[in-house]
Amino acid sequence: MNKRIAPHKLNFDTGWAYSPAPESIDHVHIKDQYKLFIGGKFVAPKAGKYFNTINPANEKVLARVAQAGATDVDRAVNAARGAYDNIWSKMKPAERGKYIYRIARIIQERAREFAVIESVDGGKPIREARDVDIPLAAAHFFYYAGWADKLNYAFPCRTPQSLGVAGQIIPWNFPLLMAAWKIAPALACGNTVVLKPAETTPLTALKLAEVIEAADLPPGVVNILTGDGSTGAAIVNHDDVNKIAFTGSTNVGRIIQHALAGTDKKYTLELGGKAANIIFADAAIDQAVEGVVNAIFFNQGHVCCAGSRLLVQESVADEVVFKLKERMQTLIVGDPLDKNTDIGAINSAAQLERINAYLDLGQEEGAEMFQCGGKNPDKGYWCQPTLFTNVAQSHRVVREEIFGPVLAIQTFRTLDEAVAKANNTQYGLSGGIWTDKGAKIFNVGAKIRAGVIWANTFNKFDPTSPFGGYKESGVGREGGMHGLSAYLDLH
Amino acid sequence: MAKMAVMIAPKPDQAPRVDQVGVDERVARFRARSIKKSSKVQALNLVLSQIDLTTLEGQDTPGKVRQLCQKAMRLHDSLPDIPHVAAVCVYPMMVAEAKKALGSSGIKVASVATSFPSGMAPTKVKLEEIQLAVELGADEIDMVISRGKFLEGKYQEVFDEIVACKEACGEAHLKVILETGELGTLDRVRHASELAMQAGADFIKTSTGKIQPAATMPVTLVMLQAIRDYYYDTGRMVGMKPAGGISKAKLAIHYLVMLRETLGEAWMSPDWFRFGASSLANDVLMQLQKQRTGVYQSEDYFSKD
Repeated sequence: MNKRIAPHKLNFDTGWAYSPAPESIDHVHIKDQYKLFIGGKFVAPKAGKYFNTINPANEKVLARVAQAGATDVDRAVNAARGAYDNIWSKMKPAERGKYIYRIARIIQERAREFAVIESVDGGKPIREARDVDIPLAAAHFFYYAGWADKLNYAFPCRTPQSLGVAGQIIPWNFPLLMAAWKIAPALACGNTVVLKPAETTPLTALKLAEVIEAADLPPGVVNILTGDGSTGAAIVNHDDVNKIAFTGSTNVGRIIQHALAGTDKKYTLELGGKAANIIFADAAIDQAVEGVVNAIFFNQGHVCCAGSRLLVQESVADEVVFKLKERMQTLIVGDPLDKNTDIGAINSAAQLERINAYLDLGQEEGAEMFQCGGKNPDKGYWCQPTLFTNVAQSHRVVREEIFGPVLAIQTFRTLDEAVAKANNTQYGLSGGIWTDKGAKIFNVGAKIRAGVIWANTFNKFDPTSPFGGYKESGVGREGGMHGLSAYLDLH
Repeated sequence: MAKMAVMIAPKPDQAPRVDQVGVDERVARFRARSIKKSSKVQALNLVLSQIDLTTLEGQDTPGKVRQLCQKAMRLHDSLPDIPHVAAVCVYPMMVAEAKKALGSSGIKVASVATSFPSGMAPTKVKLEEIQLAVELGADEIDMVISRGKFLEGKYQEVFDEIVACKEACGEAHLKVILETGELGTLDRVRHASELAMQAGADFIKTSTGKIQPAATMPVTLVMLQAIRDYYYDTGRMVGMKPAGGISKAKLAIHYLVMLRETLGEAWMSPDWFRFGASSLANDVLMQLQKQRTGVYQSEDYFSKD
């Protein structure tokens, strides 16, 4: 039924092309140089070192940003400790909540500016920054602000107590949103924070420092240090940090776990993924195809929970792959600031190199590669959306996280085979199930070993929902009530 | 189309599933497209050329129809280089008048028929009405399906009626109105679309305009996807006509975005896509004037009909 081996293709190369529709950037202010945010003030790094942050869509320098060294980390941790001991841990919880609400509201007020900066610094389409990243970041602050004075109700019959100073290291794929994921629950639970944004995307975190200043938070409650991996290592290894929260690659997560072994620091790690999106023959195929597009091409595939593997039941496999290829003809790759862009720039030259290495590897391994053949802009880092078919479980493009717009497609015959393939991975962050049968959703959902399972949708996020991984996808949960316990001692 | 010995109506479970949430999300993406500058002007001109300028009131008079035809041919003479609309859509009683008024302008006369808008008449009466409208000069027939029978599950009867209507049309094009506002679910919209196309519809059309909701983007998307899949399977192109409720240029442009990204280049013409609308044309003209002069004129600067 409904098996279409389509002989007739459509022509999407129409005479009606969309004119450029660039987002206005007049209202955006980016300074030439940014210092470190320590103890409520912007201060120069001790060693006086700065590095460039660029726009990956045109390789132009956006600003110079301070490189925090070990001394700067020490200063920030001391500021956070002082703020914790003297102010934040003693403050009435409802008062803490007020400050967090204030941050949320200021982010909303400055949402357009944040969206543009997120787009130029990271390469993501303005549509996503505007409709997903920034509203969700504000929503996280709103949500956790509400918990600040209700922790006793979240954990009845226990005595929730704050931990102290939290060191937080975040990735470049959702810069402001990840900062919100980390800072909001930490503050709500009464901790103070030293946060390090990713080297390639520091600007919205520095803008957030301005928001924190504007919200009049007591100095030292939130400190923001820019820098590279060595800055992160100094935070992780600092003796006076009580908790480490990290989102990033599994490799770095492993190094952090080593460093923390034998210490009494608490930690949560959100790491890689290689999620399977499973389409059963009884699914609403057109909506499933759209779901696959959202699962793997959202944010250029720079998403830890991306649906980077597609498992299709064989009776609809030809139809799904054909429709996916047709759908890809209408994806617009280009200027991230254009409101019609679907797929923006790859975040950095290094990441592009990594993705391209996998494209070569997949072909060497004998996989069949499909791209629409769109033309990349001359400057910047770009990768056309890509499918790999004719792949098996043993292919590296099926096993390893590529973190780009690259989808590996396999077929299955039975439900058990789908589950076995989905679970046969070192990761377990997310998964997707597409079927018209409610019972099948629960049956398969219970068998997939992953932290988040989406049914008939993908990449949906909400501050009330916990997020985290099985196996090498991480330790602990963020978001929702679960996310509170990561920042509390529960006696 | 060659006559087949036995034609069987598709059953509901032979139509693909539709997920309402996913359809709404896809529509939201179309509506997030930002159409500016020359692409906007191009779209506005295309919209004008795809309009079925419509009057379907009990109080219609020959004079009113003549006026409408005049407007159809000369939308707004102070704007140079704009197209005329695709067709004028009237009741059978007004077909002869419209035909006379439009003369050799190239604008088609579409007539509703089959006991429009309810369809509550015997098939025999419906077929006679179609034949009459065609004899009077109708180029296109907009029929309604028997929703009562469809909802009762008598799919074969609905199917056979469409087949008979198609035959009664002769050379005239047949548009089949599903009246999606009475079908209730997108699954039924999809099933009815399959059924109408397999029965021989040249166009499928959302609504009569007499029932709310009339055309919506989600409903139209499901019908466009049905048309696309039918084309993939058979190679036969079927046209699409959303009707009712599209009165603003901006919304019409979003429909074109949806058309472009679902069916592509071949459908971007009045031959394969129409808007059933009465007040849309003036809003489009107003936008075109604004693109030319940079200021909006009040609605009094545009003739009502």
